[in-house]
Amino acid sequence: MLEVNRGTDPLLKRAFSLFRKTADGLQVMYRIKGRGTSLLSKMKRGDTLDVLGPLGVPYPVPSEDQLPVVVAGGIGIASVFPFLLALQGKAVLFYGARSGDEIFMLDEIKKMCREVFISTDDGSMGTKGTIVDVLDNYLDSSRADSNRYVVYACGPHPMLKAVAAAAASKGITAYISMEEHMACGLGACLGCVVKTTDGYKRVCKEGPVFRSEEIAW
Amino acid sequence: MNLEVFIGKLKLENPIMTASGTFGYGGEYAEFIDLNRLGAVVVKGLSLKPKEGNPTPRIVETPSGMLNSIGLQNIGIERFIKEKMPFLRQFSTKVIVNFFGDTIEEYAEAAERLNCVDGVHGLEMNISCPNKQAGWSIFGTDPRVTHDVVTAVREKTDLPLIVKLSPNVTDIAMMAKVAEDAGADAVSVINTLTGMAIDIQTRKPKLANVRGGLSGPAIKPVAVRMVYEVKQAVKIPIIGLGGIINADDALEFIIAGATAVAVGTANFINPAATMEILDGMIEYMKINKIEDIGSLTGTVDAT
Repeated sequence: MLEVNRGTDPLLKRAFSLFRKTADGLQVMYRIKGRGTSLLSKMKRGDTLDVLGPLGVPYPVPSEDQLPVVVAGGIGIASVFPFLLALQGKAVLFYGARSGDEIFMLDEIKKMCREVFISTDDGSMGTKGTIVDVLDNYLDSSRADSNRYVVYACGPHPMLKAVAAAAASKGITAYISMEEHMACGLGACLGCVVKTTDGYKRVCKEGPVFRSEEIAW
Repeated sequence: MNLEVFIGKLKLENPIMTASGTFGYGGEYAEFIDLNRLGAVVVKGLSLKPKEGNPTPRIVETPSGMLNSIGLQNIGIERFIKEKMPFLRQFSTKVIVNFFGDTIEEYAEAAERLNCVDGVHGLEMNISCPNKQAGWSIFGTDPRVTHDVVTAVREKTDLPLIVKLSPNVTDIAMMAKVAEDAGADAVSVINTLTGMAIDIQTRKPKLANVRGGLSGPAIKPVAVRMVYEVKQAVKIPIIGLGGIINADDALEFIIAGATAVAVGTANFINPAATMEILDGMIEYMKINKIEDIGSLTGTVDAT
């Protein structure tokens, strides 16, 4: 959870995934979307902000014989970026965005992955269409290995739902990073819940990563 | 320096409490603060049976505040006693259980069940929830119903009983008097103010439940005014809350008439808020040579 300015307006910290560790700190990657991220973008070098974390549970590391398939939609790339790094070239990445100019860090990402598939809504880079269609084709065309796949995904809700459905139809385990309005990040406010097959669970505590079959899509 | 205060017969080591619903069952904050330094922990509101709560979005940020409609999600009294009380009993801080019901009978039954639980030092009734027997109108907005529900609970418990008042009324001082007459040992002033926020693009309410409770610094002036008014009307102690984020805010409530204060939304922003408020209060007492925090209560000079 990261403070976006001093003072009481906006009041709450924002939840971000840790993007990258550098020699002198941590980086977060974000899209300027609302007032919070807009204020954050106006911070100057040397300004200080409160930060609370790391919080919640990370993507579970695949076993030696599993093949990690990672799906990122839009700014969801920020969440999977350190995971790709940790997988040390083992992952196949499916990365979708609205257009080519919203595909970030591609050169670096390619170095971190076994293979990278790109799609954009407008076709300006990679395949035109949704990344889940590309994923679906890939999983269908390489059936021999399908029992070794494990899917990880972060992105907008409709994409996550489609990834979960695609994985389920092929009997593949999928881990999904969920997002919800969050106030505390500590499990106290019960604001950031998602509906699961076992009642509401907190994104900040039991999540953000859930097994896809746990989620009541 | 004396920081002790009394809520009925219950002695608190200091006047800093947590507001129900913002502090979980205590354990969520134990890695950030020493729970023993709190005057009291007020736990998330409980009902006889577990409650699932409302669909999302459950929270939305507003200017210097937030709206929530969690929907009273809780694990139920039995699970609380079994799973959460052993943890809370390890601490010397006082444990106050916030509770509610759908009917007057449920309130009474909940109070009876909690009355003899080892380690529970006091009860706080949330009367800002809907009454099943009266078309889901709010218990705490009709003085007759407030009287009946507090009376019913009073009969079932000899623990210190705090009634948490709804601010969504015309005359909160009168409601406080009703609670006092029905046997309350203290009142918490105030619960959240009912509010609403709308997305102008989709024209949909920003909360799934349409309405929510407003909390945070945005409501503080309203809360201070209400504490001030209640102080004129009742003799029982007042627990002041509503938008307290620092020691200055807490002191303002005490000067307005509060014996103790509860910190709510601030816990979400800064998990150590209660400790910083306590330290700031001690500092103020030193600088202003105040020996006893109780001597500050209700000392506002409004002449």
